[in-house]
Amino acid sequence: MAADMINWGLLALDPPGWGGVLLGGLMNSIKIALGGYSLGLVLGTFGAFGKLYGGPVTRDLMEVYTTLVRAVPELVLILLLYYAGTDLLNRVSAALGYGSVDISGLAAGIFVIGVVQGAYSTEVLRGAILAIPQGQIEVARAYGMPPLLMLRRITLPAMLPFAIPGLANLWLIATKDTALLAIVGFNELTQTTRTAAGATKAYFTFFMAAGALYLALTLFSNLILGRVERWARRGLPPVGSTA
Amino acid sequence: MSSETSILPTPPRTSAWLQPHRIVLILIALGLVIASACFMRWDWLPNYLPIALEGIWRTIWLLVASAALGIMLAVPLGLVQVTGPMILSIPARTFCTIIRGTPLLLQLWLLYYGLGSLFPQFPWIRESFMWPYLRQAWPYGLLALTLSFAGYEGEVMRGAFAGVARGQLEAARAFGMSRWKVFRRIWLPQAVQRALPTLAGETVLQLKATPLVATITVVDIYAVASRVRQETFVVYEPLLLLALVYLCITGIIVFLFRRLEARIPTRLG
Repeated sequence: MAADMINWGLLALDPPGWGGVLLGGLMNSIKIALGGYSLGLVLGTFGAFGKLYGGPVTRDLMEVYTTLVRAVPELVLILLLYYAGTDLLNRVSAALGYGSVDISGLAAGIFVIGVVQGAYSTEVLRGAILAIPQGQIEVARAYGMPPLLMLRRITLPAMLPFAIPGLANLWLIATKDTALLAIVGFNELTQTTRTAAGATKAYFTFFMAAGALYLALTLFSNLILGRVERWARRGLPPVGSTA
Repeated sequence: MSSETSILPTPPRTSAWLQPHRIVLILIALGLVIASACFMRWDWLPNYLPIALEGIWRTIWLLVASAALGIMLAVPLGLVQVTGPMILSIPARTFCTIIRGTPLLLQLWLLYYGLGSLFPQFPWIRESFMWPYLRQAWPYGLLALTLSFAGYEGEVMRGAFAGVARGQLEAARAFGMSRWKVFRRIWLPQAVQRALPTLAGETVLQLKATPLVATITVVDIYAVASRVRQETFVVYEPLLLLALVYLCITGIIVFLFRRLEARIPTRLG
């Protein structure tokens, strides 16, 4: 029964089939996830350092940023940032006399996912920095290391084992959050799936296929992230050992 | 530094909290609020207030129902992964992996468009008493939200069940309690106590997942805001108000879970 309900020809890679379109959507999703995740890591690093070492005003502003972003649904944030961001950019370029600019969906998507991820990775990285034995940082200061050298040589490598589980989670959330960009009409995997399903009326086939692609991405990421975690924890006692 | 070490900041004493720079920041925030109240367009608000309230009610209802049903599914899902036979634990693990590995939006559309287009082909479904419900959108939304919550919380409960000290369970067995009684009196309460802080965060995440049902024509508060945007061409105001509504509901959830956690006596070793 299942065999005659699924028309595999629909998933063929060449134009009568929609497989190539779906894979293109998956590539777009991965691009946005990678870009947004990287932007989020940069924002998160600044945010974590601002929260820990910044002045009172910086700390409060960071607190407002993380609280607001984590309490408001991603869907609302995406709409707000998408409309407000493109609107603001257009007004600035109009004020400078360049006329309206066309913002690519990719750039807008990366910006939106990055801002959302930044709030979460701020908290992950802050917790990880606090988990470093603080003596190590004091020793680095006592050696007279300038802040950037200390960041590169001591803080970042030492916090990595504590941060990796949280950051791995954030990567998986980033890949799934890209689906929300379908709401603003960006051609990532979920949106292309809906287009394909709507055109062929084979809803089950296409949504199942897209689900399988997302699942494959997650499982593949898990494999890579497991290796990264093993690498980051090298030289440390294994988890769960009572040392 | 002591306030930095806890993840949820405990509110310090007022004297320490209300520092001069905070007063300035609060004044700036108040100024922004007043400016947006004066200079932005709010004339659409009275017209849409009734459906907005209805939308808030529907959002909260979806959240409470899906969280309650989801946790009921999550407890057995977590339990069989810890102690169940392979024939139960492998399907449970597969279910959790699939739910956690695919976006909720996709699951929602799969259920609504996929099942929704499949059901009318079977005459016996069309004649059954369920049909009037299956023709509406909200059962699919509730089902997708429930399954999603069950998948994530099944994993949380697995960790919580596995984390209860074995000696506790052995002692209960030694007292002659039946397996069911051990579960009801010892294992479940301790697991829930361990999972409670995580569950608070997960409930907030679930709240943030509810606006997705607007994409399948369920009229929650998010859908109301979209409608205002489409009908009046006012873009920012409804979205800002929407963000405020979610912020308030998040605050209420966090407050309720704190009350719940405070009821459970804990002893820090």
